[in-house]
Amino acid sequence: MTDHPLPAAVETVRRVREDPHRLGHRGHGNEGPVEGAGHGETGPARKRIIVGYGFWIFLLSDIVMFACLFAAFAVQRGATAGGPGIKELVDIPRVGWETAALLLSSYTCGLSFAATNARSKLWTQVFLLITGLLGLLFVGLELAEFIGLAQRGITPQASGFLSAFFGLVGLHGVHVTLAGMWLLTMMAQVQLKGFRPEIVHRLICFNLFWHALDIVWIGIFTIVYLMGAVA
Amino acid sequence: MSELDFDPRGYAGELDHREDHAPGDEPVESAGHWIANANLGLLFSVILTVAAFVLAGTHVIYGPAVPVGLLVLAIAQMGVHLVFFLHITTGPDNTNNVLALAYGILVVFLIVIGSIWIMDHLQQNMMPMNQLMQMQP
Repeated sequence: MTDHPLPAAVETVRRVREDPHRLGHRGHGNEGPVEGAGHGETGPARKRIIVGYGFWIFLLSDIVMFACLFAAFAVQRGATAGGPGIKELVDIPRVGWETAALLLSSYTCGLSFAATNARSKLWTQVFLLITGLLGLLFVGLELAEFIGLAQRGITPQASGFLSAFFGLVGLHGVHVTLAGMWLLTMMAQVQLKGFRPEIVHRLICFNLFWHALDIVWIGIFTIVYLMGAVA
Repeated sequence: MSELDFDPRGYAGELDHREDHAPGDEPVESAGHWIANANLGLLFSVILTVAAFVLAGTHVIYGPAVPVGLLVLAIAQMGVHLVFFLHITTGPDNTNNVLALAYGILVVFLIVIGSIWIMDHLQQNMMPMNQLMQMQP
């Protein structure tokens, strides 16, 4: 072994070939590993990263749960037991309004986080409030839909298809309701505690949750309602 | 205070472009960047949603192909949401997030495709229910 190090250019070429993105060793250029980046050399990642990543794992498990209900719906789609099929249930204008409400709420939720990053309490609260109102509109429309169906005798216990339908759409509605309560909590916490680190972490998680609900709704309005209408 | 609370910069708003990032998070950017991102996400989502509703309501394409078209639009819109609202990117700082997402998608496909596949075969090959009832003692 010699003590002569490789010439810097050769060393750089070797490093780039072996690991183009320098995963786990990042720090571009000649800078060393970053404190709090969680790359093993400088201790654990910062809490903001751990919290967001952990919540991402939770969201994915939540989406797997919805996948089970989507699978149940797909399997039970024809099991109407002589009762109404999906085509008799779909009210396209109502679904359109529900979709518009949820999509716009996702947008205002994104704007609220932009305001959070700008540390503007007023605009964070304004956009969170709009998000909450749009979520309330969505839940209201869905409740009205379910009540209307129940008045026509279309209830979950009528057939396997209806169990799967109400299970899938209803669980999403419950998620939106719970997220709305979380939203109110966050508004109170932002107002009383300000943008302390843990409050910002919670706002990140709330944003992720709300957007994930919208992603699930994309699946529902496409697979349940639109594909039901054209079937 | 646990060790994890240690934050060398002591400020929750500060992200470094050299570290790994959680979903929904980005290196420090101006609010304008976030708003532009949200605007683009909304624009693409509205286009894809309107396209889906139009596709379902009219007969512009061959009937049996409509469900496939709707699925394609839905998957595209989910992608738009992941990129513009959840800030999942393909950059090296997002490797962990993308790997978790890939595993989630794998499980979702196994559950959905597997259930449909198995239950469809079961339905086709199972004895009709009235005959099955007669066989019971």
